[in-house]
Amino acid sequence: MTEGALYFLQLVISGIAVGSLYALVALGFVLIYKATDIMNFAHGEAMMVGAFICYALVVAGIPFLWAVLITTGIAMFFGLVTERLVLRPMIGEPQFAVVMVTIGLSIFLRSISGIIFGHDNKIFPSQLSDQTLVFKGLVLSYTHLWAMLISGLMVILFFLFFRYSRVGLAMRGVANDQDTAMLMGISVKRVFALTWGISFAIAAVAGIFLANVMVLNIAICLVAIKAFPAVILGGLESIPGAIIGGLVIGVLETLVGGYLDQTLPGVKDLTAFVVLFLVLMIRPYGLFGKKEIERV
Amino acid sequence: MRSKTFRESYREDIRIFKTIWVKFWLVLFAVALLSLPLWADPYIIYMVNISGIAIIAAIGLNILTGLTGQISLGHSAFVALGAYTSAILASKMDMPFWLTIPAGGVVAAFFGILLGFPCLRLKGLYLAMATMSFGVVVEYGITHWESLTMGVRGISVPAPTIFGYTLGDPSKLFYVTVFFVTFLTLAAKNLARTRIGRAFVAIRDRDVAAEVIGINLTKYKVMAFAISSFYGGVAGGLYSYSTTYLHPENFTLLLSIEYIAMIIVGGLGSILGSIFGAVFLTAMPDIIKGFADFMGRQFIFLHGRYDEEWNIAAFGLLIMIFLIVEPTGLNGIWSRVKTSFKNWPFTY
Repeated sequence: MTEGALYFLQLVISGIAVGSLYALVALGFVLIYKATDIMNFAHGEAMMVGAFICYALVVAGIPFLWAVLITTGIAMFFGLVTERLVLRPMIGEPQFAVVMVTIGLSIFLRSISGIIFGHDNKIFPSQLSDQTLVFKGLVLSYTHLWAMLISGLMVILFFLFFRYSRVGLAMRGVANDQDTAMLMGISVKRVFALTWGISFAIAAVAGIFLANVMVLNIAICLVAIKAFPAVILGGLESIPGAIIGGLVIGVLETLVGGYLDQTLPGVKDLTAFVVLFLVLMIRPYGLFGKKEIERV
Repeated sequence: MRSKTFRESYREDIRIFKTIWVKFWLVLFAVALLSLPLWADPYIIYMVNISGIAIIAAIGLNILTGLTGQISLGHSAFVALGAYTSAILASKMDMPFWLTIPAGGVVAAFFGILLGFPCLRLKGLYLAMATMSFGVVVEYGITHWESLTMGVRGISVPAPTIFGYTLGDPSKLFYVTVFFVTFLTLAAKNLARTRIGRAFVAIRDRDVAAEVIGINLTKYKVMAFAISSFYGGVAGGLYSYSTTYLHPENFTLLLSIEYIAMIIVGGLGSILGSIFGAVFLTAMPDIIKGFADFMGRQFIFLHGRYDEEWNIAAFGLLIMIFLIVEPTGLNGIWSRVKTSFKNWPFTY
């Protein structure tokens, strides 16, 4: 293989690795959007809070797996409380107000975590091996391999959940039309509460994972901002869309970083947003989203 | 109970100053405000300047988000464009402030139109995303176009002068700010009651219906973007003179969220509300700090726990509380209190 082709392939592989992290986060957005029609701007903060709780538990001497379990429980409870206090009063309010409430929630959680946990970088006592896999000159770290595996597993789980479980069906029904779902005997409130609980739990797991891969600090919730373009690209209610969107954004970002960073420093971080803007201009409902038709 | 509030014509109903008493109180307020530099503490004057700048930006955002219903997470970008335009014009081309500040507004408005056209099709959270990414792009631009904006080294702004007379001091810059605030507030108040303002409200309430009754959506949405960003740009221009030093870090997404907090706390779609919200949220860090000092003195273990971070937390908390409990904002509370006093003793 020539030098150039190898460089390109390496960039693509690193891109897929980064992209699978985005995809993992994007899945959380999709879950909430699918069930409640709300874009949760505080999702990144939910991840961060989960990661911090788990870190605190591990530092306190609890074995890692137990810490993850306990964190999941706490996060779920936290999600239920958030739903009850913040989101439930907003049922039936215009979408603008709901979006703003989640934005308020996000900066509130972020700064409160900053106050409690501080702004310094914390090294998570990593459970993942830091070795790398080398194949014909291409390098891939085990952590990223794990990210891909977990994202893949999550997709299958989500798919099965929404397709075959009663709760998943109820969630889809509520997302489709709240009134009709109520008439069918689905408790919309319970479904909402459950969705937020589950999504916070999943966010906590994703957050713990991210904290293992990167350093743990407040900035970890900024990964969620990078996941916005991924979900928009894939379509807000599509699970495969979230995965593909995440991968595409990751690959594009690394490619742009690899080839253009010399001429335009820092342009890498801009890529995702330019893609977001272009997608919104051309195909706002994303690659796999449902097209909203307005009847007049 | 006050009498003679019966109105006979539509013209009377949309009047800006509804009664003679409104005028009276406004004049009294104006006198107190204009004499402020004579007796007030320099810090208070500085705070009034900062609030004035926030008022202009908040009114701008309220025209776009509150009146027209187009949610924007990129308002800080327009403020940044205005601030950098006037800073560059003033420092590199020695232009006077009465040219650079409007120029900042015009440049921001130009970019507002540029953003407005592609955003015509977008609504709700898609629009929020698009404006947010615009904000990120502008932030990138001012950080990395170093030959023009000095990047992260920051750009310093010379003190404004008029007829060879320097206005760098906050108590002199005060009059410039007050002039712009008064002018732009009156303009916005007038705008809201004309055909344009009514068209904006119609678009907010139901865009399809608005189009059916003959409102050109393209024209009015782009116009809303242009006016809103013009206000943002003027606020930015004033900001550059007020701080005398600009750094890209001042114009992040957080600033946009701050403006959103202002209009939500003040009251969406209300000019008076924007003023309330801007003043309240500008004064809030000091309120929190004072409260923290007080608590620190009462309880020893709380001493010295104050952190800038509390202000941001308070923004988030206020956004949530007002949206959930009082969606009409401070303006709603104000008009309720006013009505109940007006109708006294027949309040119900």
